[in-house]
Amino acid sequence: MTHAHTLKDNRTLFGFWLYLMSDCLIFASLFATYAVLRSATYGAPGARELFSLEFVFLETVILLSSSFTMGLTVYFAHKGKRALMFGLLALTFCLGTAFIALEVSEFSHLIQEGLSWERSAFLSAFFTLVGTHGLHVLCGLIWMIVLAIQLALPRYHEIVMRRLICLSLFWHFLDIIWIGIFTFVYLFSFIV
Amino acid sequence: MFGRLTLDALPHDPIVIAATVFMVCVGAATLCFVTYFRAWGYIWHEWLTSVDHKKIAIMYGITAFVMLVRGLVDASMVRAQQAIAVGNSAGYLPPDHFDQLFTAHGVIMIFFVAMPLMFAIINAMLPLQLGTRDVAFPVLNSISLWLFIAGAVLMNISLTIGEFAAAGWLAYPPLSGLAYSPGVGIDYYIWVIQISGVGSLLSAVNFVATIIKERAPGMTLMNMPIFVWTVFASMTLIIISFPVLTATLAMLSLDRFLGMHFFTSDFGGNPMMYINLIWTWGHPEVYILILPAFGIFSEVVSNFSQKRLFGYRSMVYATIAIMFLSFIVWAHHFFTMGAGANVNAFFGIMTMVIAIPAGVKIFNWLFTMYRGRIDFRTPMLWFMGFVFTFTLGGMSGILLSLPAVDFQINNSLFLVAHFHNTIIGGVVFGYFAGISYWFPKIFGFKLDERLGTYAFWCWITGFFTAFMPLYALGIMGATRRMSHYSDPSWQPFFIVAGIGLVIILVGVFIQFVQIAWSIYKRHELRTPTGDAWYGRSLEWMTASPPPVYNFAIIPHVHGHDPLWARKQYPHPSIPLYTNIELPRNSSVGIVLAACSLALGFTLVWHMWILAALSVMGIIGAVIARSFVTHTEYILSAHEVARIEARSNAL
Ligand code: HEM
Ligand SMILES: [Cu+2]
Repeated sequence: MTHAHTLKDNRTLFGFWLYLMSDCLIFASLFATYAVLRSATYGAPGARELFSLEFVFLETVILLSSSFTMGLTVYFAHKGKRALMFGLLALTFCLGTAFIALEVSEFSHLIQEGLSWERSAFLSAFFTLVGTHGLHVLCGLIWMIVLAIQLALPRYHEIVMRRLICLSLFWHFLDIIWIGIFTFVYLFSFIV
Repeated sequence: MFGRLTLDALPHDPIVIAATVFMVCVGAATLCFVTYFRAWGYIWHEWLTSVDHKKIAIMYGITAFVMLVRGLVDASMVRAQQAIAVGNSAGYLPPDHFDQLFTAHGVIMIFFVAMPLMFAIINAMLPLQLGTRDVAFPVLNSISLWLFIAGAVLMNISLTIGEFAAAGWLAYPPLSGLAYSPGVGIDYYIWVIQISGVGSLLSAVNFVATIIKERAPGMTLMNMPIFVWTVFASMTLIIISFPVLTATLAMLSLDRFLGMHFFTSDFGGNPMMYINLIWTWGHPEVYILILPAFGIFSEVVSNFSQKRLFGYRSMVYATIAIMFLSFIVWAHHFFTMGAGANVNAFFGIMTMVIAIPAGVKIFNWLFTMYRGRIDFRTPMLWFMGFVFTFTLGGMSGILLSLPAVDFQINNSLFLVAHFHNTIIGGVVFGYFAGISYWFPKIFGFKLDERLGTYAFWCWITGFFTAFMPLYALGIMGATRRMSHYSDPSWQPFFIVAGIGLVIILVGVFIQFVQIAWSIYKRHELRTPTGDAWYGRSLEWMTASPPPVYNFAIIPHVHGHDPLWARKQYPHPSIPLYTNIELPRNSSVGIVLAACSLALGFTLVWHMWILAALSVMGIIGAVIARSFVTHTEYILSAHEVARIEARSNAL
């Protein structure tokens, strides 16, 4: 890799990292709002009555393993093992899709029971926080498709590594946010 | 398809119709003009798709001045109403229109005048002061500009189609909720700010990356010009605080679009949560605006006193201290909320603490001037006006920071006087100083001194005439945002305030004349070299106007005021030019902005299908851009030599 390219990689990664920090603050605001509105259930069921730990645990395991496969994707990309790289990226994509599917099923389940975001401030905060994370995961999935195409085409050879690393940063970031959600939204509802 | 948009949305009120006709005429005239001179190709290639930071700066500046006119018209209408609406007279404006006016004034002045002026100056000067060829991400820079312009356009569309928000510039719920503001005004407000806010955030990321990654070789952080330091602090504040604004307004829009209950007054919603969140952004925002102004003053004072800035280190530390403190004072905007004496005491004391680093700065500037050889040019005049005015505004701020006092004058005209005192005396004067100081750098000729002096004197006398009466009125009990009052003894104060505004308007008019006149006389005002003011920092080393690549040879820096040092110890050498890699133009910014504008407009009017199409347009444009590979071109060393031979660089 040329000198000019490492410079550019450096710059892009730093810029992307700054963006992630700012995204982190969007989540921070949503977390803070959730914390304030957690008990504002307005007569509707609260967190403890609504969530099942087993289900969320499954979601968590799926998302965490997708982070692991994403890490491996980058590893094999560096090693130049393209078949493994593509396979693992596809696996990451499937895990991400499974996560979204589970989340959609959780949401639609709640809505069918008449517990939509319109029912109480707590539910508004819950749907928004978890939904925003889900929306980010969805963006990540779209990104994966685009990047897979570019990984396959030789003319993107020079820039595509940089993008893969940004994507993996993004994906790990979403994982960390999820751990926050898992802890503060789901686990806490059974403790406090 | 068209949601709730019907012909009823067109204006009925004669004033609004006149404004619409005026806007349409100006727009049409511009289009005809450009078409007549067959300038579309030139405008598209040289400006609209340009990623050159200097051109982007100019486009920010032009938009800001256009919006300044609108903000001033709004302020004049508010002033006129308050000058006559006393006792039996209801004035000339219905209350709802009046409410839209002060809301629009606040939003325009903050988001579409102060912010773009700041971005104009930063764009113009940051890469030059750092000795680099462009910002870290030039295309992103153009995207930021166009998102900002999309917001400004949406703001002006709201004048004609439908209505604007009438709930104050921060749109407090529950008033701004669906229950009390069912119209489109608040939705315009939300999307105007969301679109331009994303632009601001992207700019901030860009500038911080530029400062960290693109400094000229040898320029350590502690060698950076102080303006760069203040930009760094201000942009960091944007990265931290604008996401909070985005999230808050997103929640407000979810309340309004999907029937959620974040800030409603029933179903467990909590309006105070909004007020806390919006001020976690809002207070840092005022420092976002003022810190670069401090940086400009530091440059101006040091240059026109022909001395090195006094206390560079303490200046840096004061900037950083203000940056941190600005996050722990937000509750001083609502001492009356009822959070309790201890909370109020904490926020009151923290607010007073900010006065310390601010005072450090004032003294540093004064010590820089002490025994300097001061040259009273317009930039220096703005500085003198600033020290006087801003210090006064700071004092009234300290008064407000005492919770017990604040209980008396919260939401009164005293407050309005206070923040205009700091914003006009600090931010506006600062940016004007910056413009008159750096104008010759970007354009190659100076602004006319005499007219600049007249404009300054109009602004400062006008300011004091317009706002001192408001301090008195506030203490007498006048609240802000009144479309009518019953105490006739207040009227003289309002009339004086109105006269003050007229003086300010004369000042602004002179500024426009100054620009036109200076362009007309540009040959006489031309600066012989790139170094218009016998400068100290790197921007003065290159030609004025600077070539696209800024520096033919990237300078090496040792210590502070590198150009000054070079003038003391010149070491001439034969330049050795190399090929320069430059970013190609891109239309992605303008396409993204068009889609975002469409998205904002369609969301306001509930045109869901078109909104979905706009989102797809945005995603499509981003993806399409990611497939473009040839994003750079090479300017040959030969070509560089040719340009340099004709340049007026030092
Ligand atoms: C240049 C002369 C200016 C004049 C004569 C002026 C006048 C006014 C007036 C009459 C009001 C309404 C006061 C009330 O509530 O009764 C107002 C509000 C306001 N102004 Fe200005 N203003 C000026 C410049 C600025 C600038 C430069 C900024 C910011 C950069 C600004 C920001 C605001 C804000 C945020 C409000 C509050 C709006 C609200 O109540 O929601 N103004 N101004
Ligand atoms: Cu504040």
